[in-house]
Amino acid sequence: MAVADETGGGRGDAPLPRWIKPTLRTIGSIAVTMLGLLFVTFIIGRVMPIDPVLSIVGERATKEMYNEVYLQLGLDQPLVVQFLYYIWDVMRGDFGTSLLNARPVAEDILRVFPATFELATFGVIIGITLGVPLGVIAAVRKGTWIDQIARVVALVGYSMPIFWLGMMGLLVFYGILGWVGGPGRVGIFYVDVVPSVTGMILIDSLLDGNMEVFKDAFSHIVLPASLLGYYSLAYISRMTRSFMLAQLSAEYLITARVKGLSEWDVVWKHAFRNIRVQLITVIALSYANLLEGSVLTEIIFSWPGIGNYITTALLSADMNAVLGGTVVIGLIFILLNIFSDLLYKVFDPRAK
Amino acid sequence: MTMSDTQTLRGWLLSETPTSRRHARLSALYQGWLAFRGNTMAMIGLSILVALTVIALGAPWIAPHDPFAQDLGNRLGPLWAPGHPLGTDSLGRDILSRLIHGSRITLYIVALVALIAPIAGLLVGTVSGYVGGWTDMILMRITDIFLAFPRLVLALAFVAALGAGIENAVLAISLTAWPAYARIARAETLTIRSSDYISAIKLQGAGPVRIITKHIWPLCISSLIVRVTLDMAGIILAAAGLGFLGLGAQPPSPEWGAMISEGRRFILDYWWVATVPGLAIFTVSLAFNLLGDGLRDVLDPNSSEK
Repeated sequence: MAVADETGGGRGDAPLPRWIKPTLRTIGSIAVTMLGLLFVTFIIGRVMPIDPVLSIVGERATKEMYNEVYLQLGLDQPLVVQFLYYIWDVMRGDFGTSLLNARPVAEDILRVFPATFELATFGVIIGITLGVPLGVIAAVRKGTWIDQIARVVALVGYSMPIFWLGMMGLLVFYGILGWVGGPGRVGIFYVDVVPSVTGMILIDSLLDGNMEVFKDAFSHIVLPASLLGYYSLAYISRMTRSFMLAQLSAEYLITARVKGLSEWDVVWKHAFRNIRVQLITVIALSYANLLEGSVLTEIIFSWPGIGNYITTALLSADMNAVLGGTVVIGLIFILLNIFSDLLYKVFDPRAK
Repeated sequence: MTMSDTQTLRGWLLSETPTSRRHARLSALYQGWLAFRGNTMAMIGLSILVALTVIALGAPWIAPHDPFAQDLGNRLGPLWAPGHPLGTDSLGRDILSRLIHGSRITLYIVALVALIAPIAGLLVGTVSGYVGGWTDMILMRITDIFLAFPRLVLALAFVAALGAGIENAVLAISLTAWPAYARIARAETLTIRSSDYISAIKLQGAGPVRIITKHIWPLCISSLIVRVTLDMAGIILAAAGLGFLGLGAQPPSPEWGAMISEGRRFILDYWWVATVPGLAIFTVSLAFNLLGDGLRDVLDPNSSEK
């Protein structure tokens, strides 16, 4: 991300405390990136072949009604003014109303987002718990069969269409073996059984103490989450491996070995400790990618999350909903990127 | 070096004292090929892609049936059925023939994106790196903005605005792919810009356009090729994803992602209708990944994993 290009110049002569300038710069670059994001979605909304007025008033509206809505939407203003209004609206959390159900888009997104969050979080947890050890072992046992297996696992992950793998998973584990629940978040008998507190069914059912719902929800989430987990595993394990390889050839490890430390201590207490910061940035990035990867996964598993929401809106030309969803995912993406950048700067003294 | 050595083509190519610029270039190419040839996985990837190209070029002659010919009496035929080795789809169309014709669409998308995105990235990156200052700052900010977008979601939004179709899918994917190349080209330019030979050309009176096109671009190409090849798999997957969502190639086009989407309705009873095109996508993107890994080892040894 952008914030990496600081030169740290002019340290001594500035009267302000040292941290002010880089902080301002970071905030500035966040603001510029977010403005850019909004600009792009704004432009997309403008070049759309769909007339926003017609889609509100309908085909049979009179000329007066049309003009009234036209003015209401501010479409007579210059583009710059419209853009400023757009920014103002988004900052207040107003993404307009959905054409499909006439509800505010922001409300809809808030309602569907926990489902995506739950799925992506479960996925990234699977990716970390399997991917990190796999990467470490592959690096330590470099060139052996276990390294080769790790390589193939990642390569297949990079090459497989996620929606297809999801369908195959459903076919085998749900259709043939019957081990997991089918599409959707819970079985039809459990819909709306537990009160929605966080919007995440696994947590809500635990809060409610309803183990039956929890089990059912778990059997539904485990397959799509494993699927997303596999994709983040592919990425995380590769990155872990290359970070570890860089450490394993370092001289301080020779010292550690000469001191007589066990191999376990050398690998986990010395080498691994030094890649933790890099790993966290990788995990933040793969989490951001999962939010995106969840679009196709949610379609396959009829998961009522933000990806499903955007796609459904897209197919019915509900542009406010599409752009609102895009902005939200884009903002989360940017924030995660910045978060990983900041982590890097705070925890890695060499990056200062 | 003996006389007989220089007389064979191989000897000429491996000569350590090139006699002309062309000789040196061919010789470097040949030595790269020798290194590349030793990499079995990369060669497998290359063979798959060569086979794919041959199939795509000869599709009308290779395919046993018309990919659009419907035969409603023979819907959802099983694998290895007589005349239809991969079965038939929900309209009785031969799946093998559709796969073969679909390879043309895949290659078409890949070729277009591989042309548009790296060239745009190269332009932005080298200009940004060479000119520096405000130009650099503005161009890089724009690049960052596009990098900050999740790829598929941006492509979705673009396709929504432009309308569904292969060309728009290509455009949308290219729009999301170029920033990475711009970053690479800029980084390369920054290291090249201050080198001695650039100063020498400057003293000879070369202008910035000449320096960028003749002396910086050629050096950026190899790292770009590696990156593009590795990205191809992602591009194929993105195109297939758009096709699957009904936003890329439109029916009755035999695009592989769209074929999966068609087969999805029958997945539990007629699994092969969706499975076969998925395997095709997997094979091709795997081939690009293998080839990319091999190319990286040859062209860009520093960043290679081993």
